[in-house]
Amino acid sequence: MSDEIERLRAEMARATPAPDPARRAENLRVAQENFDALQGTRREARPTERRPLMARLLDGVTTMIDRISPRGAMAATTAMVAVGALVVLPTDLLLPEEEVILFEPEPIVQEPAIAPRPAELQTLAETDSATAVRPSITATPQSLSRTQSALSDAATEGFAAGAPLAQRRTVPVPDDQVIQIVPDTEAFANAETNPLKSVIEEPVSTFSIDVDTASYSVVRSSLTRGQMPPAEAVRIEEMVNYFPYAYPAPEGDAPFQPTVTVLPTPWNADTNLVHIGIQGALPATDERPPLNLVFLIDTSGSMQDATKLPLLKQSFRMMLGELRPEDQVAIVTYAGSAGRVLDPTPASDRATIEAALGRLEAGGSTAGQAGLQQAYATADEMAEEGEVTRVILATDGDFNVGLSDPEALKDFIANQRDSGTYLSVLGFGRGNLDDATMQALAQNGNGQAAYIDTLSEARKVLVDQLTGALFPIANDVKIQIEFNPATIAEYRLIGYETRALRREDFNNDAVDAGEIGAGHQVTAIYEVTPVGSPAVRIDDLRYGTSEVTATSDEIGFLRMRYKTPGAAESQLIETPVMPGQGTVSDDIRFSAAIAGFGQLLRDGTYLGDWGYADAIALANGARGEDPFGYRTEAVTLMRLAESLDRN
Amino acid sequence: MRMTSSDEDLALAAAGGDRAAFAALLDRHYDRLFGLCFRLLGTRDQAEDLTQDICAALPAKLRGFRGDARFTTWLYRVAVNAAHDWRRRAGTRAKAAEGWGDWEIARQAEAEDARAAQDWLTLAMTALPVDLRETLALILDDEMTQAQAAAVLDISEGTVAWRMSEVRKRLKAMHAEEARP
Repeated sequence: MSDEIERLRAEMARATPAPDPARRAENLRVAQENFDALQGTRREARPTERRPLMARLLDGVTTMIDRISPRGAMAATTAMVAVGALVVLPTDLLLPEEEVILFEPEPIVQEPAIAPRPAELQTLAETDSATAVRPSITATPQSLSRTQSALSDAATEGFAAGAPLAQRRTVPVPDDQVIQIVPDTEAFANAETNPLKSVIEEPVSTFSIDVDTASYSVVRSSLTRGQMPPAEAVRIEEMVNYFPYAYPAPEGDAPFQPTVTVLPTPWNADTNLVHIGIQGALPATDERPPLNLVFLIDTSGSMQDATKLPLLKQSFRMMLGELRPEDQVAIVTYAGSAGRVLDPTPASDRATIEAALGRLEAGGSTAGQAGLQQAYATADEMAEEGEVTRVILATDGDFNVGLSDPEALKDFIANQRDSGTYLSVLGFGRGNLDDATMQALAQNGNGQAAYIDTLSEARKVLVDQLTGALFPIANDVKIQIEFNPATIAEYRLIGYETRALRREDFNNDAVDAGEIGAGHQVTAIYEVTPVGSPAVRIDDLRYGTSEVTATSDEIGFLRMRYKTPGAAESQLIETPVMPGQGTVSDDIRFSAAIAGFGQLLRDGTYLGDWGYADAIALANGARGEDPFGYRTEAVTLMRLAESLDRN
Repeated sequence: MRMTSSDEDLALAAAGGDRAAFAALLDRHYDRLFGLCFRLLGTRDQAEDLTQDICAALPAKLRGFRGDARFTTWLYRVAVNAAHDWRRRAGTRAKAAEGWGDWEIARQAEAEDARAAQDWLTLAMTALPVDLRETLALILDDEMTQAQAAAVLDISEGTVAWRMSEVRKRLKAMHAEEARP
């Protein structure tokens, strides 16, 4: 090797100190203790706490592995090491270090200077994942982002014989507990995949639109961490709607414009996709009404992680730059007791707002509802005729004090909705992200739920799409499509499982549905099987099939209902869907690729042999201009999923 | 007997719950592991802390060891990943970057500090981007071949060779700059 390297080698040898003997002995002892604790608890039953279904299912797998010989266990876990190595690079790609640097320096959390007692070691080991005991000899601030450490540990370890959903966290707590293990409490809102339906039996399909994007971010966060996302975290419509599409804009006064395209199904040559792309009108931003924003910020102890409160502060700071002098901002926190830390302040007084943001610290337990009440009260105070008022709730999903029941929260929010104040929910961090509650709140608060895992995602949600997220242009938007039994035998709606409406709800203006914001795009995709196609799966009924009398060529008839903001009565848009309608653009192909990707992540029941490679090829060919790199990122995620799926 | 067992046998036994095997294995590799941590992070304190983190997490991680890679390759991969996390945490924690430098952005500022300190080694390490530094930290291990370093980093041997030539190029450039009055 060259002189430079040799010189460096020599210098390095000279500079490298010998390990400190005391630290060495201590570290070896801790390792041994952790080792023993791990053996001691391996075969014990797990505590039966409330955990997501997947995690519980996996407990069974763990038990099974434990019952075979240790060698068997090793063989069963062989796939794990390989996973880690694959993941390192893409994580970097997606979370550039520059982003992280922007965080505020956080108060350093001192680790308690007591070595864990054996009993706690046991608790630790029960988590099975690589959350390690770290006795503190030097009270360095490493405890700050314990989750991150656990995340990347999981990346090295892959699906360790524990719970792949569940990266465990230790949260430094001020009281007498040395290290507290918080069980994974992620809860996702989802429902069974929409089944294939026979047009003769059920010709009408009704659902509410959904402009949320949280599911895509959750999927991304799982994949970049080296884990397949839990199937119940995948909501296909939210993945498809994550991406901007250039659908034709509405003309005249219409708040939005549906564009219907019929194309061959990528994963099935014998069926078609009916693609409905909705483009919301984009009012000129300089005409927008003044905004009243109430930031409702979760400052519970679990928020102190670097991916939570610091990221949140940074995100909000970024958003402040987009506000106008006539806009107003208030901040309410909830942590143990709710408090208004910033009275309504004009956006022009940025110094005051930033100072209030800077003072936020995490600590205490969470009482979501008390905070919500105060936020709505503040919003009422600020609201004036002709202004838009919105509460922006930022949380990691901790609603463990007060109304923890999503149903009860829903009722509370639904009552508030009528006051004209909108609610958006921003999720931060992983570990106890309560996606189910987030969804429940946003859906009932006429708002949008988004999950923010990186600063660039914060930019996408809060800045680039500020107008759409904050200015609703159509409320309670419902879609109903009636298929023509003369041409279509079967259909299924891809995604929107949590948004299904009853057929009669379509015309019932009292039934709530999703909102479209300024400039939003919403996409819904049906897979339809033409009459006589070899892909027909449902056999004809032997008895009682009514004769099909319709002779039209139409595939079906699309109806949409919406209310203009403030109106009580809905308006109707109707249009027939014709075979071969529309032109298949890159946008449409890309959304189909994402729909396919989402189905692969869920179960892929209807995809046949179509796999990740096909999704990648389709998406790659339809990237289009991709000015923000979102589509490129999606392809990276597909590749990751492909590799992880193989293992 | 134990001391003559191969690393891989010990690791498999430890993964299966053999206490003595685990103790012997860690004792055998502790000093090398510490050395690597030092080369990755650049200060003694940080190296001690990182080694401690790795030791504490090792029992759980070891259960994923399957014995088809060399134990040292596996262990070093754990260490490199841990250092990676470390840098990330350091980045979120404070702007006070220490040692070789914690992240790219702070690199230039640190290079200034190091230049002031006239410490050639620190300067050299600080000037390298993280991936090159990581590769170099592995290659400087006396028993590490390019092939093994490639396996640790899960990159091709060619990439390791390319990175080393890049390191050389940069060191040469530094050298030339040093020589200038």
